[in-house]
Parts: sequence; C-alpha cells; structure tokens
Amino acid sequence: MTTSTERTHARPNAGARAFVDRVARVRELGIVVALLALFGITGAVNPAFLSPASIRDILLNSAIIATLAVGQTLVVVTRNVDLSVSSVVGISAFGGALILADHPQIPIPVVIAGCVVLGAACGAINGLLVGVARVPALVATLGTLYAFRGVDYAWAGGRQVNAADMPQGFLRLGSADVLGVPLPALVALTVLLAVGWVMRNLPQGRELYAIGSSPDAAVLAGIGVRKRVLTAFVVSGALAGLAGVMWAARFGTVDATVATGKELDVIAAVVVGGVAIFGGSGTVYGAALGALLLSGITSALAVLRVDALAQTAINGALILAAIILDRLLAIRVAKALRKRRYRDAR
Amino acid sequence: MLALREVSKSFGAVRALREVSLDLVPGEAHALAGENGAGKSTLVKILSGVHRPDRGTLLLDDRPIEFHGPADAQAAGVAVIYQEPTLFPDLSVTENIFMGRQPRRSFGRLDRRAMRTRAVELFSRLGVPLDPDQPTRGLSIADQQLVEIAKALSRDARVLVMDEPTAALSGNEVERLFGVAGSLREQGCAVLFVSHRLDEMFSLCQRVTTLRDGAWVATDVIADITPDDLVRRMVGRDLATLFPKTDTSPGEVALRVERLTREGVFTDVSFEVRSGEIVALAGLVGAGRSEVARAVFGIDRWDAGRVHVAGRPLRAGSPTAAMAAGVALVPEDRRQQGLVMDLSIERNIGLTGLRWGLVSRGAERARATDWAIRLQVKYAHLTDAVTVLSGGNQQKVVLAKWLAREPRVLIVDEPTRGIDVGTKAEVHRLLSELAGQGLAVLMISSELPEVLGMADRVLVMHEGRLVADIPRAEATEERVLAAATGRAA
Amino acid sequence: MRANRWETLVVALLAAVTLAATFGVDGFANGSNVGFLFLDVTEIALMALTMTLVIVAAEIDLSVASTLGLCCAVLGSLWNAGLPIEAIMPICLLTGALAGALNGVLVTRLGLPSLAVTIGTFALYRGLAYVILGDQAVADLPPAYTSLATQAIGPIPLATLLVAVLAIGAGIVLHRTGLGRAIVALGSNEEAAYFAGIRVKRIKFWLFVASGAMAGLASLVFTFRYASARADNGIGLELAVVAAVLLGGVSIFGGRGTLPGVIAAVLLLAVVRNALILADVANEVLNFVTGLLLVASVLAPNLKVRLERKPVP
Repeated sequence: MTTSTERTHARPNAGARAFVDRVARVRELGIVVALLALFGITGAVNPAFLSPASIRDILLNSAIIATLAVGQTLVVVTRNVDLSVSSVVGISAFGGALILADHPQIPIPVVIAGCVVLGAACGAINGLLVGVARVPALVATLGTLYAFRGVDYAWAGGRQVNAADMPQGFLRLGSADVLGVPLPALVALTVLLAVGWVMRNLPQGRELYAIGSSPDAAVLAGIGVRKRVLTAFVVSGALAGLAGVMWAARFGTVDATVATGKELDVIAAVVVGGVAIFGGSGTVYGAALGALLLSGITSALAVLRVDALAQTAINGALILAAIILDRLLAIRVAKALRKRRYRDAR
Repeated sequence: MLALREVSKSFGAVRALREVSLDLVPGEAHALAGENGAGKSTLVKILSGVHRPDRGTLLLDDRPIEFHGPADAQAAGVAVIYQEPTLFPDLSVTENIFMGRQPRRSFGRLDRRAMRTRAVELFSRLGVPLDPDQPTRGLSIADQQLVEIAKALSRDARVLVMDEPTAALSGNEVERLFGVAGSLREQGCAVLFVSHRLDEMFSLCQRVTTLRDGAWVATDVIADITPDDLVRRMVGRDLATLFPKTDTSPGEVALRVERLTREGVFTDVSFEVRSGEIVALAGLVGAGRSEVARAVFGIDRWDAGRVHVAGRPLRAGSPTAAMAAGVALVPEDRRQQGLVMDLSIERNIGLTGLRWGLVSRGAERARATDWAIRLQVKYAHLTDAVTVLSGGNQQKVVLAKWLAREPRVLIVDEPTRGIDVGTKAEVHRLLSELAGQGLAVLMISSELPEVLGMADRVLVMHEGRLVADIPRAEATEERVLAAATGRAA
Repeated sequence: MRANRWETLVVALLAAVTLAATFGVDGFANGSNVGFLFLDVTEIALMALTMTLVIVAAEIDLSVASTLGLCCAVLGSLWNAGLPIEAIMPICLLTGALAGALNGVLVTRLGLPSLAVTIGTFALYRGLAYVILGDQAVADLPPAYTSLATQAIGPIPLATLLVAVLAIGAGIVLHRTGLGRAIVALGSNEEAAYFAGIRVKRIKFWLFVASGAMAGLASLVFTFRYASARADNGIGLELAVVAAVLLGGVSIFGGRGTLPGVIAAVLLLAVVRNALILADVANEVLNFVTGLLLVASVLAPNLKVRLERKPVP
C-alpha cells in the first residue's frame, strides 16, 4: 500500500483510488474464491457433493435465500435493515398454501400474485414506520418480526397444510426443471437480474445508494428520501412474499413456523456479499453470491457429516467476520489517505 | 445580477445582520471580509436560501425574489461551495455531479455515456484532470470542492458563493481553485468569496465588502486599498479599552510542549506556557492550532514529541491523565464538545467532578451554584437544560465546569466565538484575572484584536508548524498576519 | 421533564390493566397466580436492568437471549460431564461475562455499531449453544436448586426478591453515582463526555460485560425454574427485554431514561402476558403483543414530538 501511494505521487489521487477500488472488488472476488474452495475441498472429501443432484439441491436451497437477499440489499443500501422478512415469508407461505388447499378453484397465478401483494403490504407497514414515522429500522422490524409471526400463528391456529392438500400443479412449480435448471432458481435469477438492472440503470436505483451514502446530501440533492425508503421496504416485502410461495411449492408441508430465524441467513448473505451495513455500497449480485455460499456451506456440512446445528454459529461468525473485515479495511484506507495528504502538502 | 438591499436578520436577541446591502456583478469576484461573528456566514446562508431575511429584499436581475429553501436558490442559479463539501462518498464523481437530475434514455434509463461526456467537458472547462469514474471517498477536500464546482456549472449557476473554501487546502490546491474561480469569472459568473486570508482576497477579487458586528462598513475597489486599510475596517475599535489584560510577571513553566508531531496534522511544535501568562496561539483556520490543543489534552494521540505539565511528563492520548495533571480544555465547538446540551446546568458543571461511588446531590448543587455565581451565569434554575441559555452563558457554564477543577493549565479554544460583546468582555476580564492568580492560559483565537489585546506572547502557526513567537511589545496585526499567511516564514 | 410524564403514563396503564385483569380475567387475582406472574418475568426483568444502562449509553445488546442460551448449554453440558453445580454456576456467569466482553471489544476497540455486532453475536452465541448441547434437554438437575428457584415467601418468589435487590442496585448506579451520571452524559453526547474526561470506551466495555454476566445469571434462574437446560432456552427474549426498556421511557437514541420507568414497564408486560396466558393465548401471540408494544413505545414519543412541533412556523 505504501509503495503504491508513493509511486503515484505525480497523480495524487490514483493511489488512493486504486486502493479503494481494490477494496470494493476484493469482496466479490473473495466470495468466488471461497465458493471454489468450498466446492473443491468438499468435493475432494466426498465426490457426491459435486453430483448433479447435489448441485441442483444447492441451487434450490439458495434460490429462496437469494431472492430475500436481493430485497434485503435494497433496504440495507439505504442504511436500514429489514429483520421481518422471515415472518413475511412465513405468513405468505402459510396464507398461500391455505388458500390453495381450501379454495382449489382459484387459479394458481392469482394466489401467487396475492402472496406477493400480501408481502408488499407487510413491507409497506415497515416502510411507513421507518420512512415516515422515523422509527429506527432495527426496532421497527424487530417488532414486526414478531407481530407478523403472531398474525401467522393466530391465522393458522395450530393447523398444518400438507402436500396432499395442495394442487399438484402448484407443487410441481417447486421442483420443475427448465432446460435442466430448477424453476425456483430461474425465478431467483430473473429477480436478481431485473433488480440488478434497476439498481444500476435507473435513477431510482442510484438514489437508494445516494441515500445510504449520505442522507443529508440526499436531501440537499432534492431526492425524496421517505418515498425511496418506503419503496425499498415494499420491494423487500414483495420479494419475501414471492419467497413464501417458493417455500410452499418446494416443501409442500406448511405451518405457522415456516422460515423462523431465516432473517439471519439473509442478513449474513447480504453482509458477506459485500453490502456495507452502513449503507451506500454493495450490489445485489454480491448478496446473491453470499446466499449461494451460505447454502453451499449448509450442504457441505451435511456431506462432511458436521452437525447441521453448527449452521447458526457459522452464520454469526460470518456476519462478524464480514463487518470486522470492512471496518479494518476502512481504517486502513482512512490512514492511507491521511498520510498521503500529508505528503502532498509538503 | 444578484443583490441584497438593506437585509437584516436576527436570531433571538442576537442581531446577526443589520441593513446590509451587497451587489454581485457578472464577471466580477467580490470578497466578503470581517472577523468571526461579523455576520458573513449568515449572509451566505441568506444567499443560499437556508435562512430568510427578517427585513430587506433580495434582487435577482433587479427583480425582487424570495428563496423558500436551498432548492429555490439553486433554481435561481446560486451555487454555494461550503468549507465541508456535501457529497456521496460511495458514488462516482460523475454520479455526484448529476444526482437528482440525471440525463435519461429510453425506459427512463440513465444515460451514462452522456453523463460521462458532460463530466469530462466540465472538468476540461475547469482545466482540472479529475477522473470522472472514481468514487469521491478517495478525494482530497480540494478535489471534492472541484466536484461541487462542477456540480454548480452543470446547473448553469450564474452566482458562485465560496464560503471559506481554502481553509483546508494546501498552497497548490488553493492556486488551482483560484485558477478555476478566475476562469469562471471571465466566463461571466458572479463570484462571492468569503475568506479570512487577506492575500487571497487581494489576488482573486476586484471588490471587497467589509462587515463588522453584523453591519456594513465599506465596499471598496481592491486596487484602491491596502491590506492594512482592510484590517482597520474589519477591526475598527480601540483595542486597549476592550481587553483589560493586566501585566503580570510570569512564574514557573506550567506547560512545556516539545517537538510535538501528529502526522498529517502538525509537525515539530514546541513552546512553553508559564503560570500567570496568557499565550495566544494564532494562525488561520486549518493551521493546526486546535489539533495541537486536542493532542495536549489527550483527545488525539501524538506520533512524536513530549508534553510536560509542571515538570512531569504527560501520557499521550488520555484526557483523564491530562485532567489529573491539571490541564483543562474549553473546546472549540461548544454545543458538540463543550456541553451535553440535554443535561441541566448543574449536571454539566458536575461532569468534570465525577468520582466512583455515590454522588452527593448537595455537594453537586453547591459546586454548581458556587461557580455559576462566581462567573455570573444568568439562569432561572440550575436544573434547566443548558439549551435554554444564551451562547455567552453556555460558554460560562463550560468555563465553570473546568474552573471548578482548579486547573493549573487552561487551554481555551476560540473562547468568545459567537457570543455577544458584553459577555465577551466578561470572559476576557475573567481570563485576565485567572492569569493574575497564577493560572497558565493557552488561548487559541482567530480574532486578531483579542489575540493582541489579551496575550503576553503570540505564537503563530502556519500549515501545521509553529512559525513565530512574538512578545507582547512587538506584536502587531501586520506581524501576526504575515506569519499566519506564511509570508514571514 | 417529558420523560417523567411518560413514566406516569406507563404506571397509569399498569394500574388500568391490572384492574381490568382483576375483574375481567378468571384466576388473575389469587396468590399463586400473582407469584407466577412475578416469576414469569424474572429473566426479562434481570436482563432489562443492564439493558437499560446499555441503551441509556446509546448502545444496544441484541445478543442477551442468545447469551442466556449459551450459558444454559454450558451448564447442561458441564452437568452431564459430572461437575458439581456449585462449580458450574460461576462458570455460567463467567461465560456470560466473556460473551459480553466480546461484544464490548468489537464495539469499543473497532468502533463497530453495537447493532450490527450484536446481530452477529445473536446468531453466534445461539449457534454455539446448539454446537455445545445439540438438541438434548438436560433435566436431571439437583432438586435443591430447582425448588429454590420457584420457592416463595408468601406470594413473593425468591427470584423476585433477587430482581428487587438488583433493581435497587441498578437504580442507585444509574441515578445516584458518578458512573450513572457519566453513562447518561456519554449516551446523550459521547464527544462532550469524552472532552470532559469521561472514559467513554471503558464504561461502554464494562456495560456490555455486565449485560452478558446478567444474561448468565438469568440463565441460572431460567434453567432451575424450568428444571431444564436446553440450547434454545429463552429464544426470542431479547425482544421482550428491549420492548420493556423502551416502553419504560428509555430513549433508543440514548441519554434519557429512568429505572423506575423500566420496572413499571416490566410489570406492565408481566400483567399483560399473564392475563393472556390465563386467557389461553398461544406463546407466539404473546410475542405479537410484545412486538406491538415495542413498536408503539418507539412510535408514540416520535409522533408526540411531531405533533408538538407542528404549530411552530
């Protein structure tokens, strides 16, 4: 680092810039390397891990988390957080399954759309609390995490919907292949590409980054901060609704406990994927890669016969490692900048 | 083009501006001079739409206009460059310039190519080789200000207001900024330049308006006056009557600073303060004065050098150690660093006397009452939050909280910033008295009259180094200013 | 003085709910139920005491319930390994303190936001609990201790006396000591507190340690009370703890709050939970009510401030 800043002394900003760039890129590259290492090592220990069935399983597992991670990224980029996603998945999965079981005459697409709308409504509640009523996102969504789950329980009243109760056409959506790729993975990929495109190419997307990067400057630039934050929560909720449908279709058995605790997987995926918890930077692609890595680890643990119960601890350790790494890099960047400014002033 | 006519603005009892008029003309750079508290920043905030005048009018192209917020001022073509730029650190230079009003293509897509092309055009027009794709996080303050200027240009701003833009810049950076401002002026912009540095006003501007205590003093053509004339207009009062410093014979060395260095901030700073002495630390904003004070008090660490208090070495980076050694710091930013605004007067005064174990409410109250009375703080109840006090009384509370510790060395950073003239004099008398009682006082001040009137010796800093140590008898405005602007160094 | 009015409101609400439950809910107002009511919130009350200090210092500890789970798992596995319970109990407290210390180090040394750190350790500690004890339940604990946890003097359980003693201690610390003054000051304006020579980082570090140790103590009460040490003990309790503290008038932004207010809020929560349990409402619906209370307690002061601001031009 020292050498690069000194070498580029003639062009004062190049050194710092290269460093900042490298920090940004290092994360996504890091995940890819981690993924390769994971598959390489686990595959070497047990080749079954690399079989098509196993890969397909990993893709199916990561599809739901990746979809949620994409929505979560929008929220985190604005310097907020949505802890309630798992409860929204639960309520959407149970609600959708219940309607399909009790009212088979309603067309499947209508039910799916209904679930997405239900999720968006939950997201809107979060968005109003955070964007308009100014409740800190953590407190608001911690509250709605339990509130939505409570509604779910009250609705279910102990009932469980089984695969046998639901239309076959719906369950097939959860496991069907298109060109050899499972349908849920394709849905997740479509969501990822669409949101990724919006975040990069539309002013609305860029404004989310601006809000998280500097809320004060965003107001000065005339950005409708409240409206954008609300939108981010609504999209996160809607995607959680969609993820609920995917859950119901994939697992078939649905009760009020669906997806409990999954919010941690989602946040871990996002943070590991290089989305700064302080907002302003990170991409949905990184978050999706993070989801893939986490699902891969879960599957690898099973293959390596490590207790699946270790998954929660690994999630926690990954979250901590990611934020500590970000922080240490930021400190180094700041130090490099201070020293460089000092040399320039001479 | 843009003009103020007899504009007045008050904040509570403080009259920040009194019937000030100002004309900005296309193709001309206009300097705004005045001491701290003269009303410069209030004037800038009126131009930028942050404040609205109580009386008087703004004229745009000879027609009255009202700004209801920063957006209105921007729409009218007024762009303001603040000392601290307001950018999005994570986004690229190009995105920063166009955020909120990006050029679009079909489907509402951003036209990245057009944005980039226009950014490149802007920077070539400014004559600076800034990479439009880099994030602004890595940029120096100078480059960030250039991004702000590019932003202003992209909005076709016709009036460019620069509020102390050079405070944090190095020599080369200032030259480059001036080159840009000069070429904008030639292209027909009106420029308003606010600064403390006289040499900069003289090299950049054609006319200068001086404010003093919120009132208009004079508007001159720069070519017709000398820096001395300008200083006289800024100060304009008899120093001797305002600052009652009595001569004292200094005692033992209370504070000795040896070759203190904090990389990138200040270098090789050495000085002594004796008990009974008031030593002023003068220099321009950004010269590193407050930073030296912070380091001595332990807020920031130092990289090299030593500090001795009453002959004993002081541990680096520990305010607790500094306090135990008898050092007190009345910080620069009263509201953020000096006081806990939500707490009561007595709690704030008690803050420096906290010990383990139970607090005796009686003792806490007695201490607060005692010092509030000694410093003549005007308050209704000691349990009132300090927010309800005026700036001057708040400053007295900060002083009380430190004097209650009976320190050996008192460092005061801008002790009279933003407080009214009457209280100012009280603070000066108090500092003088304390020195008479044997306290060693290190006073950082940007107000020359205060420095000259109060100090037994004047130390001057320039770009992180101590460049002059002037005894009271030889201290003149010219000598201090010359040293502070690096001319004598 | 708005804070005081808020606390009066909580006390009034507590009185109203108690009155309503006394006449509206069968079996609410008898001695054994009152004992159960107190006992039921022991862990919440304990952890709310230190959480109050942490939140007044403008930080948060979301990992308390997971720390409790970790300590339960440590207790269970050491008991299985044959250690005497008298040796295990200090180890549990130490485990909690160490868990808190890790939070404290990450927050004060690396300058990370406590929210992000404790979301991470929330998962980490719970996960470690599962790794240590798996999904087994250790139930063959010494009856001397399990009965002690539920014993009562009159209608007042011993555990409640423990809470009362610690609450008085915490109240004295916050409202009557130099440390408490320092906590309020640094929670209100950390920079000014630092400039006044308050050792901001050290105080915050020890607050996290205290929070962890208190979770360790709560884990003992929890385990003995239910006579069962499991890795998932106390899951979700952090919600109730944070809800009680905020409902008690402590500002989520730090610098403002009183311990009596928090105690009133804990009691309010206890009465509501108890009434709902008597009315045969499921545990998850209890969480729903707690979640609503949490949001409401933050929302209400916010809206009030906004309404008060409106008339100013």
